[in-house]
Amino acid sequence: MRRLILHPIRHTPIPKRDTLPEDVPADPMPSVPTLRATSEDKQVAHMAAVAIGLSMIDAAFPSPIPGIKPGLANIVTLIALQWYGWRVTAWVVGLRVIASALLVGSLLTPGFWLSLAGAGCSLLILAPFSRLPKRWLGPVGLSVIAAMFHLLGQWLVARYWLIPSAGLVYLLPPLATAALITGCINGLIAARWLTQHPHSTPIETGP
Amino acid sequence: MKIELSDWRQLLRPGDYVLLLFATVAVAASYPLAWRSQQNAQRVRIFANGTLFAERDLSGPARLAVPGPLGDTIVEIADGRVRIAADPGPRQYCVNAGWLEHAGQLAVCLPNRTAIELPTAVPRYDSLSY
Repeated sequence: MRRLILHPIRHTPIPKRDTLPEDVPADPMPSVPTLRATSEDKQVAHMAAVAIGLSMIDAAFPSPIPGIKPGLANIVTLIALQWYGWRVTAWVVGLRVIASALLVGSLLTPGFWLSLAGAGCSLLILAPFSRLPKRWLGPVGLSVIAAMFHLLGQWLVARYWLIPSAGLVYLLPPLATAALITGCINGLIAARWLTQHPHSTPIETGP
Repeated sequence: MKIELSDWRQLLRPGDYVLLLFATVAVAASYPLAWRSQQNAQRVRIFANGTLFAERDLSGPARLAVPGPLGDTIVEIADGRVRIAADPGPRQYCVNAGWLEHAGQLAVCLPNRTAIELPTAVPRYDSLSY
């Protein structure tokens, strides 16, 4: 669970009880609950915002074949994985899936479940693989395996829930080919970006 | 900005090559596996008088006599295919349908009230809109 720290904002500084002057009235609004964002929250929000933007480009991308999309938002996933680790990445991906579904208007439609299944499945495989030494496994390998499992998750949901037909197996080879190519390209983009920005840029911390 | 090929190669780690190789092999293998296995049906369901008479695997050679009001309809199974080899009906439509091998195909001998069907998973939805 993500920790949401509830803390009260006080409009007037509260002096210590024993030094309270007689003429200061009691605090009119004793406490207003507010959310204080931790630095991890800001990392998540920062990455998710970029990912949502990229997934909007993805959604507008004219797809030659239904079901084949470049998956540009996954570049952010790979960068988040390198900069912040798997936990933050899982939050970034989850927020991106839900927020972009809200923006496109596909929340809880078949497309949303496909997207969620794909994202969930690729996160599951990234959990062990992202812990391998970075010297041996870079963003390209992670991207390719995540793309494959993304497709697998989507296909299983489509095959056994949305369209339970044995004929769906015909779609698997061309979709897997597309996943391999887009996974490769996104991985190379992320890897190139990460050579120029190996560490996260500090996020401005507001009040 | 000029980008050399060697620049891109530097982005790849040894494990990346291994995973790329695995993925490429898996994708290449998926074509024959996925596109062949589904072309042919695995089983045949034989109906007599509106009820299921028998369900057989398409692998082994077999000859079945299915009784009907006009006599026996002979169903022949061989090499993953099935056909109505003989039927007492007058117009022989089901016999002329020949060998069936794809899931979803069927041959019906109406006069003798017999039929063979290569079953498919029935879609639960009539349509799906995006």
